[in-house]
Amino acid sequence: MDLNATIIGQSIAFIIFVWFCMKYVFPPVNAILEERQKKIADGLEAADRAQRDLNLAQNKAAEELREAKIKSSEIIELANKRASQIVDDAKDKAREEGLRLINGAKAEIDMEIQRAREVLRAQVAAIAIAGAEKILETSIDQAANEELVKKLASEL
Amino acid sequence: MADANSPLYETATDYVRHHLGFMKFGQRPDGSWGIAHSQEEAAQMGFWGIHVDSMLMSLLLGVIFMGIFFTVSRKATSGVPGPLQNFCEAIIEMVQTNIKQSFFAKNDLIAPLSLTIFCWIFMMNLMDLVPVDWIPLLAQTMAGDPHLYFKAVPTTDLNITLGFAVSVFFLIIFYSIKVKGLGGFLGEFAFHPFGKWALPLNLILELPGFLAKPVSLALRLYGNMFAGEVIFLVIALIGYFQLPLHFAWAVFHILIITLQAYLFMMLTIVYLNQAHTVPHEAH
Repeated sequence: MDLNATIIGQSIAFIIFVWFCMKYVFPPVNAILEERQKKIADGLEAADRAQRDLNLAQNKAAEELREAKIKSSEIIELANKRASQIVDDAKDKAREEGLRLINGAKAEIDMEIQRAREVLRAQVAAIAIAGAEKILETSIDQAANEELVKKLASEL
Repeated sequence: MADANSPLYETATDYVRHHLGFMKFGQRPDGSWGIAHSQEEAAQMGFWGIHVDSMLMSLLLGVIFMGIFFTVSRKATSGVPGPLQNFCEAIIEMVQTNIKQSFFAKNDLIAPLSLTIFCWIFMMNLMDLVPVDWIPLLAQTMAGDPHLYFKAVPTTDLNITLGFAVSVFFLIIFYSIKVKGLGGFLGEFAFHPFGKWALPLNLILELPGFLAKPVSLALRLYGNMFAGEVIFLVIALIGYFQLPLHFAWAVFHILIITLQAYLFMMLTIVYLNQAHTVPHEAH
């Protein structure tokens, strides 16, 4: 067994190497490791946050969709109502119009009848006068008997 | 190749002994300084000599490992890491995980210390897997001396492992005194575990355990590596059949070199954690 100054030499070398490692090698590597750890932690957190945001957005989208569906069904319902209302209105109007037309026609017919009756009455009066003239063989003073004839005619 | 059957070595014992010898620089018995030419000469140099081969390999491997980490630390990004950065980060994270599990005080030294210990010792141990003749042969060729002693695995040198262990030991003492104060540190030996009336008994119980820490650290690593090296040498003696055997032992040795580097690091962490922990009785 040969113990000699190599112990001292190796100890000195060891101390120098440890010092060098502590001074120049370890701090930068350690800093980088910590930095990367932080980066990874941040990344994970960001991913979490993004996931949360995504969920939120999905929920929101679903809600919006639901709302839109409700709204659209409301609109459709309203439109249907309106359409049926329009149809009803049109029906009413048509009925009214028809009634009006019928009434007009009826009034015209009545007027025609009246007129025909007037004509008839005049003709009957003329015929009655002519008949009476024939019977009396004298000409009745038309003016004197006008009143009488008219009365007769109106009784028809 | 200067294998066991080369005429350089007269016997197998010669071969093994030569591979276990160190290139020692020191003062020769005649007063001149230089490299020892035989193990006897090396032994006569005494304490003030230095194993050039161990130190050279140790420094070379240390520079390689530190160079890799230094390059990575300069170019590192917190974005997507390259393969080298990824590799270094994996090692650093392994070290930090172990520290987190067994070191509970706050200390900026412990992580770089553990990293250096683990990587450096692993690199040194790794030299064990290089076929036993390659690096010595390279050194011999470069030096132009076929008899040059050159030991390629620094951790099979007790001086190197003791260098680590003694440094760690002094760190333990330093931090013990720093955290607990000199009184608290010495009190742990004097008044523990039996209270102040059994002071001599306490010292007898506690001191050997404390002093055994660096010795066990150094000897565990050295013993494992040395034994592995000797087995590699013995395998290298048996000619062409060494290849499958060498492979098998090398595969098994991968486990040992990693484990020993890891153990050294782990024990350092645990010892330093003890140095930072004030026992409950002291309050």
